Amino acid sequence: MTAPELTRTPGVIVDVSALVGRGLRRSVRSVDALITAILLPVLILLAFVYVFGGAIETGTRYLTYVVPGIVLICAAFGSASTGAGVNQDMTTGMIARLRSLPVLGSAVLIGHIVASVARNLLSTTIVVAVSLLLGFRPTASVLDWVALVGLLMLFMAGISALSAAFGLLVTNAEAAGAFSFVVLFLPYVSSAFVPPETMPDFLQGFARNQPMTPLVETVRGLLVGGPVAESAPAALAWAVGFLVVGVAVSGVLFRRRTGR
Amino acid sequence: MAYTVFMAYTVELQSVTKRFGGVAVLDGVDLRVERGSVAALLGPNGAGKTTAVKVLSTLLRPDGGRAVVAGHDVVSEPAAVRRSISLTGQYAAVDEMLTGRENLVLMGRLRHLTRASARARADELLDRFELTAAGGRRVATYSGGMARRLDIALSLVVEPRVLFLDEPTTGLDPRSRRDVWGSIAELAAGGVTVLLTTQYLEEADRLADRITVLHCGRVAAEGTAEQLKARIGGETAHLVLPDADALARAVALLAANAVSAREDVEALSVHVPTDGSAAAVRDLLDLLHAQGVEVDRLALHRPTLDEVFLALTEQPAAEQPPAERPQTLEVTR
Repeated sequence: MTAPELTRTPGVIVDVSALVGRGLRRSVRSVDALITAILLPVLILLAFVYVFGGAIETGTRYLTYVVPGIVLICAAFGSASTGAGVNQDMTTGMIARLRSLPVLGSAVLIGHIVASVARNLLSTTIVVAVSLLLGFRPTASVLDWVALVGLLMLFMAGISALSAAFGLLVTNAEAAGAFSFVVLFLPYVSSAFVPPETMPDFLQGFARNQPMTPLVETVRGLLVGGPVAESAPAALAWAVGFLVVGVAVSGVLFRRRTGR
Repeated sequence: MAYTVFMAYTVELQSVTKRFGGVAVLDGVDLRVERGSVAALLGPNGAGKTTAVKVLSTLLRPDGGRAVVAGHDVVSEPAAVRRSISLTGQYAAVDEMLTGRENLVLMGRLRHLTRASARARADELLDRFELTAAGGRRVATYSGGMARRLDIALSLVVEPRVLFLDEPTTGLDPRSRRDVWGSIAELAAGGVTVLLTTQYLEEADRLADRITVLHCGRVAAEGTAEQLKARIGGETAHLVLPDADALARAVALLAANAVSAREDVEALSVHVPTDGSAAAVRDLLDLLHAQGVEVDRLALHRPTLDEVFLALTEQPAAEQPPAERPQTLEVTR
């Protein structure tokens, strides 16, 4: 046996980077999951632009109106699958082995969440590219793009953390998938597809105040111009809130589930 | 700390208890494993084997008693324990979406080896466990035996002082089981202290220097395989007689000679505990032959785990935990 050489990099950094690397490998290899994460938003985009779009009056070209919502759906839907992988680690022997190592327990969760953000940046970029092919013309400045990517990454991390918490809560990977449906449905009752003022009164209250509306409005403002100042604080607060709550709840559930 | 007393033992449990919802899963378990030896925890499902391993590998905190691994208390020095051990759990802890080599390199990194060192070690272990050809394939394509071998290899990325193997061959086909046995025997020969759990007497017999039989969270017996087998009477000779009349005469004859035997009327056979030696069997046959009782066929049966448990747990009633029934009720509630 060759004498094993220990690295001089601090342990926490090695742990996290090794587990992020594992998450990225898993992401690249779940080809079907990756295709679904790209194809589903693209199909929703096509359906809304070519099937329903003609009948929806938004004051602008419908493609221009709907792409920001599709971008958020892609980011949210892809991030929501994080919990399934976390659940898999908990229900197989993986976690027992990792816990019996001198490794920071939360490094496993960080690995899943960081890999999810990277994966969803890729799928969201592809969805934006498809919308460009369909004729979407963003007017965003370089600074707008930077702000957009920052907000989306924060949002992806938030949804991924919430999904991880859900994956720690449920007993099997199938149940962990249920979170995707909530995330997928939420944008329909927001300003993603139609202006909320066209909805019946009882829905308007919900549509205006639920997280997706300020997020969609901010993404829309950054991509195609429009008021950002009004919706951005709420959008940022929701994204940060998701992340904080997701990380806190995951931490508690993780400790409880691996508790001694 | 006064660990000097325990230095001869790398693994030690002292009256360890662990309760789950009022049920004692470990009920005052004592266990000692000498440095460099292989010990087996033998018992059926629910005996407390996995719980004992989890306590020793710092995954569960004991409610009472003391657990010491490689000189460190599992409760007060879990980090030091984790640096000395490797655990191969009951369920394969391999990432099926990664290749065998990637799993090994990941584990090397988590053991804080340099990248180069982790890669070199991965190749060594693939070679040692005959997985080199499969090293570049995803683990999802591996057979059960290959995945298990990889699982054990993952425990050895940094050679531990103590290796815990929780049911290493459960669910494997006979061939894979032999392969895994070979790997474990090799490790033991290399000086690693191994504590394994198993449901199979044969496995404990093959691999372990000492066996601890666990039953309902208590140690039912402890000793070498030979000692345990001697306690339960080695092998049972099944003598099949030609007819009911011969069977009756054989039973009477054995009883008259104070040989304990159990008859199975339906199978026309009588079961006699022996030490499994040829001499004992010859004496038995001679005894019957001398009185004109001819045996049709003879088979020697190794004691099954059931028989071992029955024999070892047939203690005076006072030793049985009296609270057993209410406990069962509490579990089902």
